[in-house]
This record gives sequence, C-alpha cells and structure tokens, in this order.
Amino acid sequence: MSHVDDDGGSRRDFLYVATGAAGAITVGAAVWPLVNQMNPSADVQAMASIQVDVSAVEPGTQLTVKFLGKPVFIRRRTPQEIEEAIADLGGDVSPLGDQNARNPNLPPDALAVDENRVLEGNEEWLVMIGVCTHLGCVPLGNAGEFGGWFCPCHGSHYDRSGRIRKGPAPENLHIPVAKFVSENVIELG
Amino acid sequence: MSGIPHDHYEPKSGIEKWIESRLPIIGILYSTLMIPTPKNLNWMWIWGIVLTFCLALQIITGITLVMHYTPDTTLAFASVEHIMRDVNGGWALRYLHANGASLFFVAVYAHIFRGLYYGSYKAPREITWIIGMIIFLLMMATGFMGYVLPWGQMSFWGATVITGLFGAIPLVGESIQTWLLGGPAVDNATLTRFFSLHYLLPFVIAALVAVHIWAFHTTGNNNPTGVAVRRTSKAEAQKDTLPFWPYFVIKDLFALALILAVFAAIVGFMPNFLGHPDNYIEANALATPAHIVPEWYFLPFYAMLRAITFDILFINSKLGGVIAMFGSIIVLFLVPWLDTSRVRSGRYRPMFKVWFVLLVIDFFLLMWCGAMPAEQPYVIISQLGTLFWFGFFLVILPLLGLFEKPLPQPETIEADFRAHYPDAGGGDVPAARPTAAE
Amino acid sequence: MTRHLLLSGLVALGLLGAPAAVQAAGGEQHVHDYSFSFEGPFGSYDQSQLQRGLQVYTEICAACHGLKFVPFRTLSDHGGPALEEAQMRAYAAQYEVFDPELDDFRPASPTDHFPPSSLSNAPDLSLMAKARAGFHGPFGTGINQFLRGIGGPEYIASMLTGFTGETEEMAGTTLYENEAFGGYMAMNPVLLGDDVEYADGTPATVEQEALDVAAFLMWTAEPKMMDRKSAGLTGVLFLILLTVLLYYTNKKLWAPHKGKGKGPHA
Repeated sequence: MSHVDDDGGSRRDFLYVATGAAGAITVGAAVWPLVNQMNPSADVQAMASIQVDVSAVEPGTQLTVKFLGKPVFIRRRTPQEIEEAIADLGGDVSPLGDQNARNPNLPPDALAVDENRVLEGNEEWLVMIGVCTHLGCVPLGNAGEFGGWFCPCHGSHYDRSGRIRKGPAPENLHIPVAKFVSENVIELG
Repeated sequence: MSGIPHDHYEPKSGIEKWIESRLPIIGILYSTLMIPTPKNLNWMWIWGIVLTFCLALQIITGITLVMHYTPDTTLAFASVEHIMRDVNGGWALRYLHANGASLFFVAVYAHIFRGLYYGSYKAPREITWIIGMIIFLLMMATGFMGYVLPWGQMSFWGATVITGLFGAIPLVGESIQTWLLGGPAVDNATLTRFFSLHYLLPFVIAALVAVHIWAFHTTGNNNPTGVAVRRTSKAEAQKDTLPFWPYFVIKDLFALALILAVFAAIVGFMPNFLGHPDNYIEANALATPAHIVPEWYFLPFYAMLRAITFDILFINSKLGGVIAMFGSIIVLFLVPWLDTSRVRSGRYRPMFKVWFVLLVIDFFLLMWCGAMPAEQPYVIISQLGTLFWFGFFLVILPLLGLFEKPLPQPETIEADFRAHYPDAGGGDVPAARPTAAE
Repeated sequence: MTRHLLLSGLVALGLLGAPAAVQAAGGEQHVHDYSFSFEGPFGSYDQSQLQRGLQVYTEICAACHGLKFVPFRTLSDHGGPALEEAQMRAYAAQYEVFDPELDDFRPASPTDHFPPSSLSNAPDLSLMAKARAGFHGPFGTGINQFLRGIGGPEYIASMLTGFTGETEEMAGTTLYENEAFGGYMAMNPVLLGDDVEYADGTPATVEQEALDVAAFLMWTAEPKMMDRKSAGLTGVLFLILLTVLLYYTNKKLWAPHKGKGKGPHA
C-alpha cells in the first residue's frame, strides 16, 4: 500500500519506533521468566549450604554426610595422625603427583602441604569430598598403603591428608567450601 | 491456491529463488500474512488473534510447568505447591496457565457468538466452522483434563462426576468408564493418562488451527455485512480489502494489549477469583465437597446436563442429561444446515437479531444455573433454558429463513465501509446504506 | 496443650470427616469482613503481625494442625515473618523430623518442612487461607468475592472468634457451635484470650490472636503475594502504555483509508 508511505513526518516515525520498542520490551520481559524457571529452585538452592553438628565426632573417627548429592568426609584426626601426616613429607610437595591443595578456601595456587588441606587453622579437622578423582567411586577410610584412603575401584591410594600418592587418580581429594560457624558446627558451602 | 486475487511473493535475489524453488515457505508465509482482508471488519474480529495468543501462552507456560510437575497421586499436589513456592517465578507460570484457560474460553465464546451473529458458518465456510467446533470440543477436553492435574478435591470429584457420565451409555457405558479411568475409580492410572493427553491435545489443536486458517484463507474472511469480496479482478478486490499486515495485525495487537492489561490485573491481584477454594485441599476419595461445581466455562453445558431430571420414554434421566449436554454442542455443528436464510449477516435480519440476543441471554442464564445448587427454582430455569437452546437451533433457526423479511444489504464491502467513513477515498457512491450500525 | 490434644483425640476417634457432614446440615455462615494489611493491589504483609501469628500457630494450633507444605527456611524470607537466620534455625530445631537416611528422628533443619497434622481429622493449615471462602453470592454471581476478596483469612479469623458456647453431643463426641462455620464443628474454642504473651507487648485478645494467625496462614498459603502484586502492577502499567501506543499507531495507519487526517485523498 504505497500511499501510507506518502504520509511522511518524523512524528509518525517516532510513534512507530516507540510502539515497536515497547512491543520488543514486552516480549523480552515475557521470555525471561521462561528461562529463569530452569535455574535451581529455592529448595535446591537451600541445599547449597548445610550445617553439620560435629560435637559427637570422637578423635580418630570420621563422619560422612551427604552434601550436594555427594558424600563429604569429616575426619577428626588424633594427635598421632596429625604428627604422622606432617612428618610424612615434611612440607616437601615435590614427590606428589598433584601439588595443588585443591582447597577452594585458599588461593587457587596453594600447595598441597598438610596445613593447606585441613580446616583453616585447625589441623584436627580434615573435611573432604569423598569422591575419588579418578572415576568417581567413594574411597574407603583407614585403608591403603599410606594410612589414609583407598579407592577399591582402580586402586588409588590417598595419604592421611587425602593426597593422591599411588594409583590412577590424577588429583588430591577435593575439599569443599567449609568453615566452623560455632564451636561444634561446621558449615559446608 | 484459489482465493481473493492479490499480489504474490516474487523471489528476487538468487538465494530467494533457490529457496523458493525447493521449499516455497516464504511464499506461503507472505500470502498468509498479506491476505486481502475485508476492510470493514469490526472489533468482534479480533478474537482469532486473542485465541492464537492463548494457545501459545498455554503451550509455553504448560511446557515450563511440566518441568516441575509430577503426575503421581502421591506427589502431584505437593509438586504444584513446589511450583508455587520454590520454582523461580513458578507462581506466575501457574497462575498464568490457570487464568489463561479462562481467557481462552472467554475468547472462544466471543468468537463463536460472533460467527453465529454474522453467519460465518454459512456457505462457503462450513468446513471452517466445523473445524472450529472440533477445536472447541478439544479445548473442553484439554481444559477438563488439565483441571484434574493439580489433584485437589475439585480435580478429583470433577473427574469422578464427568467420567461418570459415560457410565450412562446403555450396555457398554460401564466398560467405557472403566476404560477411560483405567480402573474402577479415579486414581493414579487416570491421572497419568490425563496428563499425557493434556500435553498432547494442544498440539492437535495447533494443527487444527492451521487447517482452520487455511480454510478461511481459501474462502476469504466473512465480514459484518456478510457480502462477499469482489473477486472479478485484483483492482476490484483491493477496493473491498486491505492486506492483513499491517492493518489488521496492528488493530488486533491493540485489542490484545488491552485485553492483556485486564488479564495481568486478574493474574496479579485476584488469581484465584475464577478458581474454587476446594481445589486447595488435596484430593480425598473418602470425602466429597459440599458443592461440586465445574469451572465457569463448562457451566452452561453442565446446567443442561442437570436439567434433565425426568425419564423420556426408555431413556432414563441420567442418559437424557448426557444426551442433552452433548446434543447442545452437536446442534452447533449442524448450524450451517439448520439456518435456511439466504441472508448471511444478522445485521440485515431483524427477527434473527432478537432471537440471537435471547440466545446470548440464555447462555448466561444457563451459566448461572450451572453454578447454583440442583434445587428449585434453578432446575426449572435450567429446563426452560435448555428448551430454548435446542428450540433456537432446531426450530427457530430453520423457520426464520422462511418467515423473515431481510433488510436490504449493501452491494459491496466498499459501500459499507464508505457508509461508516464518508470521507474515505476511491470507488463509487454506496448503492444502499445499511440500516443498522455494528 | 494436653487439654487440646485430649479433646481433639476424642473427636478423631469418633468423627472422621464430620465437619463436612455437619456443615451441610448447618445454618447460615457469618463471616466478618475484617480488614488486613495485605488487601488491595498495594497491600503488603505486616511483618510483626506474621511473627505474632507464627507464635499463635506454634503455641496453640500446632498441637493438632500441621503446615506440611511450608519449609522452615521460608520463615526468613523477605516479605514473610522475616526471622533472623539464627532465630529461624533455632525455631526449626524445636521440631523433630524423621530422617529415612538415619532411620531415626533428628532436630529439623531449615530445609525441612513443618510437620503434618498430628490428628487425622485436623486439616493441614498450609493452604487453609486459600481453601476457604468467607464471602459468597449474591445469588451465585461472585460479586461479593470480586469486591471483597475470596475471604479465606476473614473466614479463619471469624471462625476462631465465632464460637457461641453452645455444644451438642453426637456419636459420643462434643461438637461446638460456630457462627462462621455455620453449625456445630469438631474443633473446640481454642482462643480464650491471653493464650500467648506477645514479645512486642500487643494485648493478646481473642480477636487479636485470631487476626494474627489468620494473617500468618495467608502468608503460608500465598508466600509470593508481594512478588505477585508488584509484577502484576508492572504488567498492567506497561500493557496500558503499549495499548496507548498501539491505539495511536493503529489510528495513524488507518487514517488514509478512512479519509481522516491529511491522507493523499484529503
């Protein structure tokens, strides 16, 4: 219809542009909820942080809790274990296959010495995600050639600090974001 | 393709020609969007776009709801609450979907009564009309099954009562009912199959909508005069029509935006007004709510179901009610052949106009009766309303064509348009002025 | 508390599903149109009222009624009772929940839900404020609900204050006449005044307690009401703007064909 174009004027153009823009904003605003509904829902998000009461964990024992669908080992080490763990390599990380602490509570380049593996400033507590870094099995505690954990699936040996020492696993056991929020409560996530 | 003469898509560049010779999709979309549309269409011709929007809204919100809903009797109600409380914007999706069903039915009833008044069902648009009626039936089935999914008290007892209707059919009724439910009563098997079909049917509706549009793009739109677009030449057709884009798209979008403003107010401020409080109580097979009432859009037909309280010869009242309810929709299918008038539009039919207004009043009266308890005086009002409904279609409509003296119709759509807009340019002086405005 | 449990237990033994049966036979309902802070397009929940309502629920209603769809963590949500995080954790820990992984009971954590009703004939209250209609009619038209709302919280408040003191023995159980219920109901009058001691010093009259718990139950039924109203208002305003723009666009577009404005034919 050619005669529409005859009726020139910037006011008409402005009207058409404004209407088009308002229409586009409406459509855009309608699309966002459709995308956002697929993000984790409030109940899932609430699971991203849990508090664990560790008052009942005796030295030399381990509590396993489920966090974000995976097991988390919370080990309270005896003074002897701590001593052995530190004495094992004596702060030298060069013999390790993975020299990174794998600890998100520390800078990403922190080295895998024992004090970088334990809860910050508390060498009694070792908190790790209990998933073998090889193919995802759950390692057994108090087992293996290094007195730490042993993965029965493909024979990976972890030491008392949860570091990989022997076997196919490429990385040390990962550490979750964790801290003490009160005397007896550890918050994960 | 036959139809009103108009411009067709002409591929210009090499790529356009390459595509068009392999898949003429641009040409089809062009012809669909640029279809010559009678320029005298009034505001009752906006409902098609509203309905298309509703179908899209229901499918899109429905697909997102399915991502969080669980069709299992032990979990369905809780999963709806999960949507309402935990899912990001889940409350909005669910309220849009629930109230979207109501908007859908508001629009479809307006669309159907528009078609009845302006004779849009008459030759050559019978197939368009019948496909529309099939869509309407599928909408009712989809709406009914969707209402069962939240697994509230009304969900459960509505499903029990409506599937119970099939038990009224002689001999095979009980087998059919058991087959529908997947057991002796509404239970998990019923919920899962209703969920499956509630997901399927909207896509069947979408396909039928395409056929519906195809059919009336072949015959051309009806218009308030009922007078056909001149097809002898493109020049004459252009005097009667304007292309759908942009003239009618913008007009329809204006109406849609206005309707959606009201819709947003309902969803935002009173989302449960059209629902039933009882559906916020989880389904319980041991306790029936005091009043079982279907959703408002089923009420006129529900009233006709309950109006048959007496036996007719060998037909008992239960079967009679079922026949009345389905019959009330079947007569709509038959309208193209029940209407004997030579004049299409109700605008030029003085007697039809009066009866039509009574039919609309009857529809709302029945809707009201359907919401009231099954006691006097509502039963007798329902019975009179049902009688009028069938009387209109089976007696009045055929007889009107014989006794009614129609008013003169305008010669052309252009003449009608110029009668409304005397300053409109082009063409000749109108031959006859319509006596009634829209 | 023991008294409530005892009475309700007696009711549970003899009268499953009795309320509906009694209601059908009952007389007229009298629901008072209380006004709440969350009514109207701009209304919002009153945080201290929700906290008082939570207290009434905890100390009185919870003896029999559950809130199984409400997670404890939402007590800290903005727009709700908005308890401090630590307060909410301490509140949740008062409840014991069964943990299938431990195969034992443990104190509830924020991600757990309130427990379900402890009595089989005491309905869950999570959605009660949406599951009851306080207003009806006139003549089945729905006009009252359109003007005044559906009336769930009004019904709850009216019911809690609506006991007449009349009782009736039925099948060995005592039923209590209630004006809002419109007949005799299984629940006994639980609010007697000063049943709780509000921390903010609000006098705990029967009506005050009833209104507070009704508001709290509206929140449990519709925790996203504030989000909904603000989104609805934005939607309405924006769609009105779009409508106005489309109105003028449409008018402009059609003007040459309707012979209006300065078209080529004018």
